[in-house]
Amino acid sequence: MASSPASGSRLWETDPILTVEHLFMRFGGLVAVNDLSFNVGRGDITALIGPNGAGKTTVFNCITGFYKPSAGRLALAHRRAATPAEIDAATAIGERSLATGDAAVYLLERLPDYRVSGEAKVARTFQNIRLFTGMTVLENLMVAQHNALMRASGYSLRGLFGLPSWGRAARAATEKATFWLDKVGLLERADDPAGDLPYGAQRRLEIARAMCSDPILLCLDEPAAGLNPRESLELNTLLRSIRADHGTSILLIEHDMSVVMEISDHVVVLDYGTKISDGTPEAVKSDPRVIAAYLGVDEDAVEEAGAEIEEIVQTGAAS
Amino acid sequence: MAAQIAEPAAGGTGAPARADSFGPALKDALIAGLVTLGLLGPLVGFHAVVKDEGMNGQAALGLDYRPGLVAIMVGIVFAGRLLLNLTVWSPNRVVATRSGPTVFDRIGTTLGPAIKPALLAFAVGFPFLAAFLMGGLNESRYLVDVGILILTYVMLGWGLNIVVGLAGLLDLGYVAFYAVGAYTYALLATSAPINDFFAGLLGATFWANWAFWICLPLAGVFAGLWGMILGFPVLRLRGDYLAIVTLAFGEIIRLVLINWVDFTGGGAGIASIPRATFFGIPFNASEDGFAARFGLDFNPMHRIVFLYFVILALALVTAFATVRLRKLPVGRAWEALREDEIACRSLGINTTNVKLSAFATGAMFGGFAGCFFAVRAGFVSPESFTFDISAMILAIVVLGGMGSQIGVAVAAAVMMGGMELLRNLGFLSNVFGPGFDPTQYRMLLFGLAMVAIMVWKPRGLVSTREPTIFLKERKAVSGDLVKEGHG
Repeated sequence: MASSPASGSRLWETDPILTVEHLFMRFGGLVAVNDLSFNVGRGDITALIGPNGAGKTTVFNCITGFYKPSAGRLALAHRRAATPAEIDAATAIGERSLATGDAAVYLLERLPDYRVSGEAKVARTFQNIRLFTGMTVLENLMVAQHNALMRASGYSLRGLFGLPSWGRAARAATEKATFWLDKVGLLERADDPAGDLPYGAQRRLEIARAMCSDPILLCLDEPAAGLNPRESLELNTLLRSIRADHGTSILLIEHDMSVVMEISDHVVVLDYGTKISDGTPEAVKSDPRVIAAYLGVDEDAVEEAGAEIEEIVQTGAAS
Repeated sequence: MAAQIAEPAAGGTGAPARADSFGPALKDALIAGLVTLGLLGPLVGFHAVVKDEGMNGQAALGLDYRPGLVAIMVGIVFAGRLLLNLTVWSPNRVVATRSGPTVFDRIGTTLGPAIKPALLAFAVGFPFLAAFLMGGLNESRYLVDVGILILTYVMLGWGLNIVVGLAGLLDLGYVAFYAVGAYTYALLATSAPINDFFAGLLGATFWANWAFWICLPLAGVFAGLWGMILGFPVLRLRGDYLAIVTLAFGEIIRLVLINWVDFTGGGAGIASIPRATFFGIPFNASEDGFAARFGLDFNPMHRIVFLYFVILALALVTAFATVRLRKLPVGRAWEALREDEIACRSLGINTTNVKLSAFATGAMFGGFAGCFFAVRAGFVSPESFTFDISAMILAIVVLGGMGSQIGVAVAAAVMMGGMELLRNLGFLSNVFGPGFDPTQYRMLLFGLAMVAIMVWKPRGLVSTREPTIFLKERKAVSGDLVKEGHG
C-alpha cells in the first residue's frame, strides 16, 4: 500500500462496503488480475485507475458477476461493515449471502450477474454504453425497476387485470424515473428514443438507469469517456450529489485525471493486473510506482536496477 | 412509391437525358431478357405430359414444349426492365431526397387512430357482409372460411410476435405448439374414459358438447408447458443456433406424432373430433340444437359463422393480452432483452425467466389456435403441422413488422388472402394462352410479392415501435433504432 500519512478518515479501512481479497482472473494462460486485494469505503467515491490493459474492466466484471473469478473473495456488506468473522462464516457455510440481524454479507463471486444487481444491489454502467436504444428514455428507466415492478404486478397477474395496487406501483415507478430524469437533465427528452440522444446525454441516462435500481454500490466504467470538459464537470456534480443525497458508494474506472483527482476519496492503481498503489489521491499522485507505470521508466533506471540485481546475485553466490 | 419517386424525373430535365441513357438501358434489358430466357427455358419451356402412345394401350410420359409461354414471359421481363431503366432506375434521374416521414408514415399517423376500430368493425361485420354480398348464408361459405383461415393466422402471427417481435428470439418451430394445442383437444375430446366418466356424472352428451370449452384452456396450458420445455435447452443459444434448434423441435414433435401410433394414431391422424357447440348447445337439426333453441331454420352455416366469431374472439384476446403485457414489467423486459441482454442482466433482470416467459406465452396462444384448428377441421393429422406453417407464420411476423400488432394482422390478411386470391386468377390465361394454370404459379407470385415488400419496407409494413409509456407525448420510435434481437 502506498505510504502516506493518514489524512482524515479512511473509510475504506474503517467501514468497507466491498472487500476484495486475493482476486485472480485467468483467461487461459493470461493472468488478467493477479492477487488483487482492496477495499471500497462506504459512502466513498473510489477510483480504479491504471494504464490501458491493466485489468480494470476485468475487475469490474468480476465484481458485477459477469465473470466468475478464478480465485478470490468479493464480500459486499449491506448497512454496516461486516466483521471478518461474519465474512468467514458466510464463506464456510457455502451460501451466497448471510444476513445477521442488522447487516448482510453477499459473496459476489458466488452470485450470478442478475442477482449481483438485483439482490446485492450493485449497479453498473458500461464502457461502451449499453442503453435500450429502441426504447424511450422513460422506458429505459422503467426497465431498471423491473424487479420491484414485477412484485408489484403480482408477476403480471395483478397487472393483467389492472388492479389498483398495480396502478399505484406503476405511478410510483414513473415518479422515480421522472425524479432521475430531472436530476440528469433529461426530463424534456423523456419520450424520445434513447438511441437519439447525444453521447453525453446517453452517459448520464445510463447512470440514471443504474440508479433507478436502488444500488448501494454504483460501478461506473469510464463515465467521463467522450465527454467535453463542461460535461465532465457536470458529471462530477452528479456523482457527488448521488453520494451525498442517496448514500450510494461509487466505484469508478476513469482515465480522465481531472475527474479522478477532483472527486475521489480513494484511488486504487492497477498495472498488469497487480495493485501498485492504494490511498488518497494526493498519496497516489506522488507515488513513484504510479508515475513509472503511467510515464514509463527511463532506460538508465532500468540499467541501474539490472546492475543492482546482478550485484545481489553475485553477493548471494559468494557468501 | 415508385410512382412517387419517378415524378421529378418526368420533369424538364428528363427529356434530353433519356436519349443518352437509352443505349445502356436497352442493353441491360436485353441481358435481363436473356437471363430470363436461360432460367425459364428449362423451367417453363418443357412440360411433362402423359401421352397416350397407343402401344399396348398404355400411357407414357412425354415432353411438351411451350415456346410461346416462354416468349411472353421473357417479353414481359424485357419490357418491364426497359421501362424501369428509363424511368425509376435512370442514372440521370434526380433522386427525390426524402427527409422525415415517408408517405406511408404520414398515412399511418393521419389514419392511425381510425385504422384499428375500422378493422375491428370490419372483422365483426364480415360474415354478415359476406352473406349480404353473396346473397345468402350458404353462398358466403367460401368467404367465411377464408376469413377463419386469415384470423387463425392473425392469431398465430400475434402469438409468434411475442417471441420473435418482442423478445427477439428467432423461433422456427412455432408449429409445434400449434400441434400440441390441436392434439391436446383431439386426444382429450375423443378419449373414451373421459367421456364415460362425464357420462356417468353429467349426462351422456356432456363431454361431446363441452369438450371444446374445457379443453381450450388446457390446450393453452399444455402448449405453454411445451414452450418452457423447448425454452430450457435453448436458453444459452443465440441467433442461427437458436433457429436451428427450434426448427428441429418443430420437426421432432411432428415425427413423434407420426411414429407414436398407439397414442396419436400416427399418420392416419385422429378423426371424428367433437364439433364446436354454442356453449353446450350443439349445432344440429335436433330439437336441442342451436337453430331450434333460437327459433331459426337449421343451417350448417350457423356453426361456421360461430367458429368465425370464436377465432375472432381468440385473436382479440391474444391482441389484448399482448398490448397489456407490453405495458407490464414482463413485456418491457422482453423488449429490453431484444435490445440488449447484457444490460438486462446488469439491471437485475433474470434473463432465463424472461426468455422462458416469452416462449411460454407465445406457445400458449399457439396452443389456443391449435385447439381451434382441431375443432374446426374435426380431424387432425401430422400432415397439418409441417415446417411450411412455421415458415408462413414467421413470414407474416417479419412482413408485418416485428413487434407491431396491426402490421402482423395486415400481413396475415394480405398473405393468406393473397394466396387464396391467387387461386382465382383465371383471367391470366387470356395473357398466357389457354393452357396456363395460374395456381401453378401461386408460390412464385407469392415469393415475388414478399421480395418486393422486403425491398421497399425492409423492416416490415409497420416499422415504427409504439412506446409503452410516455410522460407528455407518445412518439413512435423509428425502426432504425429498434434492434432485431440476437437470440
